[in-house]
This record gives sequence, C-alpha cells and structure tokens, in this order.
Amino acid sequence: MKKNRGNRSTQGLISISASLLSIAIGLLVGLALLFILNPDHALDGFRKILVTGVLTTEKLAKVLYQAAPLMLCGLSVAFAFKTGLFNIGATGQYTIGAFGALTAGIALQLPWYVALLFAIVCGAVLGAIPGICKALFNVNEVITSIMFNWITMYAVNLAINNMPIMLSNFWAKSTIKDRTASLSVANPSAVLPKANLDVLMNSNYINIGIFIAIGVAIIMWVILQKTVFGYELKACGYNRHASQYAGINAKRNIVLSMGISGALAGLGGGVYYLSGTGQYTLLKALLGMGFNGIPVALLASSNPMGVIFSALFISYIMVGGDALQPHFIKENIDIIISAIIYLSAFALLMKGWISKIFLRNSVDNANAEIAFESEPVDKPAQPGGVGEGILPAADVKKEEEV
Amino acid sequence: MSEYVIEMLNITKRFPGIIANDDITLQLKQGEIHALLGENGAGKSTLMSVLFGLYQPEAGVIKKDGEVVQINDPNDANHLHIGMVHQHFKLVEIFSVLDNIILGVEQTKNCLLQKKDARRKVMELSAKYNLQVDPDALIEDIGVGMQQRVEIIKMLFRDNDILIFDEPTAVLTPQEIDELMQIMRNFAKEGKSILFITHKLNEIMAVADRVTVLRKGKCVGTLDVADATIDTLAEMMVGRKVSFEVQKSVARAKQAMLTVQNLIVAGKNTGKHKINNVNFIVHSGEIIGIAGIDGNGQTELVHALTGLMPVTKGHIYLGERDITSATVRERNDLHLSHIPEDRHKHGLILDYSLAENLVLKNYYYPKYQRNGFLRFDEIYRHADELIAKYDIRSGQGGATRTRSMSGGNQQKAIVARELDLDPDVMIAVQPTRGLDVGAIEYIHKQIIAARDAGCAVLLISLELDEVMSLSDRILVIHEGEIVADVDAKYATAQELGLYMSGASRQHMTTECEVEVQ
Repeated sequence: MKKNRGNRSTQGLISISASLLSIAIGLLVGLALLFILNPDHALDGFRKILVTGVLTTEKLAKVLYQAAPLMLCGLSVAFAFKTGLFNIGATGQYTIGAFGALTAGIALQLPWYVALLFAIVCGAVLGAIPGICKALFNVNEVITSIMFNWITMYAVNLAINNMPIMLSNFWAKSTIKDRTASLSVANPSAVLPKANLDVLMNSNYINIGIFIAIGVAIIMWVILQKTVFGYELKACGYNRHASQYAGINAKRNIVLSMGISGALAGLGGGVYYLSGTGQYTLLKALLGMGFNGIPVALLASSNPMGVIFSALFISYIMVGGDALQPHFIKENIDIIISAIIYLSAFALLMKGWISKIFLRNSVDNANAEIAFESEPVDKPAQPGGVGEGILPAADVKKEEEV
Repeated sequence: MSEYVIEMLNITKRFPGIIANDDITLQLKQGEIHALLGENGAGKSTLMSVLFGLYQPEAGVIKKDGEVVQINDPNDANHLHIGMVHQHFKLVEIFSVLDNIILGVEQTKNCLLQKKDARRKVMELSAKYNLQVDPDALIEDIGVGMQQRVEIIKMLFRDNDILIFDEPTAVLTPQEIDELMQIMRNFAKEGKSILFITHKLNEIMAVADRVTVLRKGKCVGTLDVADATIDTLAEMMVGRKVSFEVQKSVARAKQAMLTVQNLIVAGKNTGKHKINNVNFIVHSGEIIGIAGIDGNGQTELVHALTGLMPVTKGHIYLGERDITSATVRERNDLHLSHIPEDRHKHGLILDYSLAENLVLKNYYYPKYQRNGFLRFDEIYRHADELIAKYDIRSGQGGATRTRSMSGGNQQKAIVARELDLDPDVMIAVQPTRGLDVGAIEYIHKQIIAARDAGCAVLLISLELDEVMSLSDRILVIHEGEIVADVDAKYATAQELGLYMSGASRQHMTTECEVEVQ
C-alpha cells in the first residue's frame, strides 16, 4: 500500500508544523519576558538562549548530559499517554530510580550496569502501583501517582538519612551530611562510562547516558509500531471499551503500561545520578526533571522519535538560560525558560487548529460528499486526560443523529 | 400576517468536512403537522438545532410570522414559543416529574419555590390532552413513554405553540405510537403547529399534512402527504427505488449452538437483576430475534453472552461447552462473533486504520504475527480482501483512518470482520443502526447468508421491523424476562407490542432445561 503513506505523511506534517509553530510562539513570549524583566540586556539574552548550546563543545556536552534523563522522563510520560494514562508520577519514579541506582552503586558497591538495573526495577515497581490501583479499584492514576511522588520523596529522605554508608561524610572527611557520597570516591565503577567523549568534548559532564536514552526511544518506537504488545497497548489507550470487546486484557495492560512508564523514569534517575557529576541532596521539594518530562512528551505529540528532539530542544534552551546570569537573576531565568518550555508544549492545541484550517481548505476544494455521519475528522488522536483538557473540545460539535 | 408561522429560508450550516445543511428552506403553516423526512445524516437534527438556537447558520434567515428573528440560544427559541422534544430526553433523572417540568421557569415568592400553581397547571394540561403523568414520581422510576409525556407537558407548560418532535417514536411500542399520533392530531386541531422529524414513512402517511424531504444535507422537496405514496417518499429520501422486502428461504434449524439456561445477570451498579431467569436456545441455521423496548435488559443479556459482564447465576453453552465464565478471548476463539450495539464505543478503534481494525479480533493469530511482531503485509492483504469482498468504501484502502469513514462503511467493516471469523454463533445487536437503506439491505443479506451457511444468529434490535423481517423466531424481552416466543411468520406488530409493553405475556415453559439434559 503506497497510497496510505500519503495520509500518514500529511498527519506527520501537521504534527511537525504544529510543534515548530509552538516553539516559535514560546520563544516570542520568552523574548517579551526578557524585555519586561531587563530591557537593556533583552536582545543579548535572547541571543544567548538561542546559541549558547552550540557555542562550545563543553556547552554542547552539557546539553546532551541534561537531555538524557529528560528524554527518558519524556518517554515515560509519552508511553503512558499512548495507553491513555497520565503518568504525573514520573518525578517520584525518577527519584526512586536515583535512590535505587545510588544504593546499588554506593552501599552495595555494584557496577554501573547493575545500578541502572536497580533504577529500572525500582521505577517499575513504583509505577505499577498506581496502575494496579487503577486496574483493580478504578482509582484515577493521577491522584495515586501525585501522592506517591511525595511518599517517595520523604521515604527516600528517610532511608538515606538512616544509611550512613550512603552519605558523603562516610567516605571523606567532611561534615556534609545532607547529600550522598560522590561516586568517584565511593565506587568509580558505578560511574557511567564516558567512552572518551570527555576528552573529545572537553567536558566532564558527557557520558553514554544520551545514547542509552536514544536507544530506549528507538526500542519504544519499535514496540509501539511493530509489535502485538504495542498494538494492544495503543488499542487500550485509544478505546478501552473496544479493546475489552476484542478480548484484550485491559487491566493487565494498564499495570504493564504504568510499570514500563515507571521503569523509564527510574532509568532516567539512574542515568542522571550515575554520571558522577552530581550528588543526591536530601530534598524538600519534588525534583523538576520528572515534571519536565510532561512538556517533552506533549511537544513530541507522544511520538518516541519526536521525544528525542523535544528533549534535546528543551535541554538546549535550559543550558542557554543558564548563560543569562548575571544580568538576570536565577528566579527570572526560571520563569523565562519555563514559559518557553510550556508554551512549546502547546503543540497539541496547534495541531487541532492546523488540521482544522487544513480541513476547511479541503472542504472548499472537494465539496465533501464523504462521511456524512462520521464525526468531524479533526478530533485529536491524543488520548488521555491532558490532551482532552488542552484541546477546545467544545469546538468539535457532533451531529446528534443516531 | 404571513401564511407561515415559521419560515427557515435558505439555511446553510457547515461542519468541518461536511455541509450538514445546504440551502434548505422549510415553511411551517399554522395548525399543520409537517414532517421532516430524511435518512440518518441527512441533516434533519442539524436543521432543528438551528431553529432551536443550538447552532448558528452560516447563511439564511429564520422568520416568525413573517418577521425575521435572531435565535441565539434555546431561551430565544422559548420566547418565540418554540418547544422541542429531543430524541434523547433532557430530563434530570433524580428530580420529580413536576420539578422537571418547571425547571427554568420556576415561580418564587421571597426566594422560596412556589409549586402550587405549577402543579395545578400541570394537572390541567395532563387532563386536557390525556397525557397521564404522576407529578411526584422520580424520572428514573418511570418508563420512557411517561418520560416523553413529561417532555410534551414541559413544552405546553411554557405555552409553546410550535412543537418539534425529534424521532419521537423510536422508543415507543406500537400502541404508544398510536396514542402519540392522536395527541399530535389534537394539538394541530387546536392551532398548534408541529414539526415531526422521522425516517419512518408509514408514520408520515398516518399523521402528517405535508412533508419536506432532505437528502445528504440538501432539500429534495416539499409535498402534500395526500399526493404522496410510501414509494415516492422512499425514493425521494434515498434517491433510488427501494425494496423493503427481505428475501430469504426457509430456515433449516439443526443442532443447538447457543443455549442459555436460567440466566440471571445483575446490573452494573445497582445489583438489581437486569436479566431474570432467561432460557432460550439458538440452533445453527436459524435467526432468533429478540424484540423489546430499549432498556429492558438487552444490553446486559448481550454483555453476559459475550463475556463483557459477569453472570450472576445460570449457564451459557456454546455447542456442548459451558462458557459461563469464559473470557472474551476464549469465546472469540470458540467462534462466537459479536456485532456490537455501539460501533464507536465497542466495535472500532477509530484512531486505528481500517486494516488494523479488521484484525481487531484475531491480530494474535500466527497468520498476523511472528514472534510478537505484527506482519503488516498480511494484515494489509487481509484488509484488501475484505474491502473487495464486502464492498467497504474508504479513501485510502486499508490505511484509511477509521474515524474518517462514513457510518455505513464503518458498520460494514465490523460486519466483515465478524463474518470473516467464520462464526458458529453470531450475536448481532442493532446491526443496521443509523445506516442508509442501501447499507441496511446489504447487511441483512449478509446476515441471512451467514444463517444459510449454518451459523446460529441471535439478533437483538430495537427496530421491530428489522426483527420481524429477519428472524425465524421472535422472543420478546420485557424487564429482563422473556415474555413471549412466537413464530416470526405469524407475528404481528400489534401482538408483539402488547408483549413488549408488558401488557400481556405467554406462559413460558422451561423446555430448554429438558432439551440440554
């Protein structure tokens, strides 16, 4: 079937142009904010946001370093979206993944690949809990996973506090008790390999994490597009009733999907904290990384391949934002950057508009003899609460004839 | 003073992808019953929604008594004394009948609700038009017939004199339909004007003065019913000559394929028995029709038979095998096919391509997957085969997104998929709901062909005509019980109507038990 590619590529074109348009709008709003906060340095700041990421290999290394966990969190959220679930618990799963990896690396003195496995398993278990609650008791996964974000944060704090071997002052003479030991001191074999990239890019940040993330994205794409498992998962996401009718075990798929989603976020936590450049600090607030996975997934319309690019983009903007200092204070930078990121995630809304415009034109041309009883075709393909919330559902009026 | 109370002139209303109303003109005289005829999707409901202020037309004007009016919302319509009984009633389930009638036009005194006058007015209207209602009953406790009467009184309570009835007979028994027709005639005699939306030709012949026919969003014409015949109207509606006769040979029933024994199914939330001690057998090579008014347990029966809902008590056998607690997948694999009632909710995954939907029941067969990977070449070949065999029309063949297909072709896709499973038993629920006459003919033929090939068919439909023309035997369901078992050859609509409404019932033997043992 060669013809069908036409339809698919039109859809793809709409998706991509929607994403690009969203990014442009996000950047414009960012520019406006720069002018409001510090007009003298606005244009210069804007230039910094746009180009810092590629100015030096060192900055590029930072972009890739940050993009890896972001990508994995984005994949986590996107995977759940594909199954019609909203995993807002990515941050908790990310945190427990970090904890699992560090426990394996520091307390158990295991190498990095086993530590990553710990991260995956911890994330999967935590992710599966809201899935089980949803499947068995029909409890909304958003509520359970939000609660588990906080439960996880405090539980991890409690655990680390009571594991002296994990803390920094156990390994080196210091009084620092609020963070975990530096991996390079405690267990160098747990640090992710750098594959000579550190020399090449002149940065200590770079490691193989980004390749792991890209590899996972490709595997996820294959699973969703090519396998029976992916077919079943997407079926549940698009239409739970029809998948039950077809004999697909929806409950099992909800648990599996949330488990896999959690595993991806957990892996993200492992990748970030095993890079050897940061130490896990006892937290008072939830980590932003898991939440940033949501705009990454939305900007990519939940397409795993798209997530690769959207994570790189958002990481790039973040690195650019750091260069705004000292003309802008940290808090203002956060506002500017998050405005850009969150407006970029309006890709879905754009998609609705663009396909509407697209459709209107094709109606005028073709005078539409088709599909009289079918619903308007511009309904979003995106399942899940978020998609429905953002889109102007009221615009999609249906004819009420049965 | 104009001859017409309401004129809708050159109305055009578009939706993304379709023109629902294309330059339609409808003129309503005072005191007439004016039918609006058209197939599903012809634009009848859209036109009425425009009149009722729910949609704004892109072009055209509405005149009341010769003067142009602007109707922005249902309140405006109400001020112009236009009232509507919607196809799906707009009633608050947990309110009483009286509260529903006064909702929106409540009288208050010192911020307190005054119901005394309202109650008197309701009782007067009820007596005057012979519309029996119990003002204190809750909506959830009364039947659809009374709910409809509540909707009618609601219009009268607001002193509406232009009354719109949107497919009012779909939920009624033949007897209730006769009553409704009489009530409509009384209204017209009093000078009220009635717009009667329907796709049933005999109802138009029985009650309407004039009829306007719509087809695919366009106005085909307006004519006096006295000058029309059922055949001309059908031709105007469909655009070609139509045969209403279903051709079929005599059924040759063989062994029992689907046996239902003392089946009890509890409702989803209430635990109330929605199916109560039901027994029947469907043999291979016959079509058993189940007639009944909507909401009498049909959905629960189907869901229990297909495994979507647990059985409380009793047994279901497929051939010799007890499938009472089998999963949906196990039943599929035993060649139980199911054409579901709601094609969008259960039958299709609208965001999947046609090809993907055509393997929805058997994508896991070795033919379509290898080591967990889907074999898309086979899946598309299979789609091409079914598209050709069942004449499914779609823009891009197997790759068409199902959402963009017309309802008729979506339904054909489901029928194709279910028949392709080579079923021993087929449960067909409302298989032609919302389809045009051509597609109906086609699907009926396919179902009869399946029967002749030895399939046991259980047909559940709210359209009495469909049950009567397709079935070999008819069971009537009322409040979760089978109240009659009649030979389709000798059944009349009147007789079935009495059973459907619960006014009469046969003494049912429990022959099934004997036969299975």
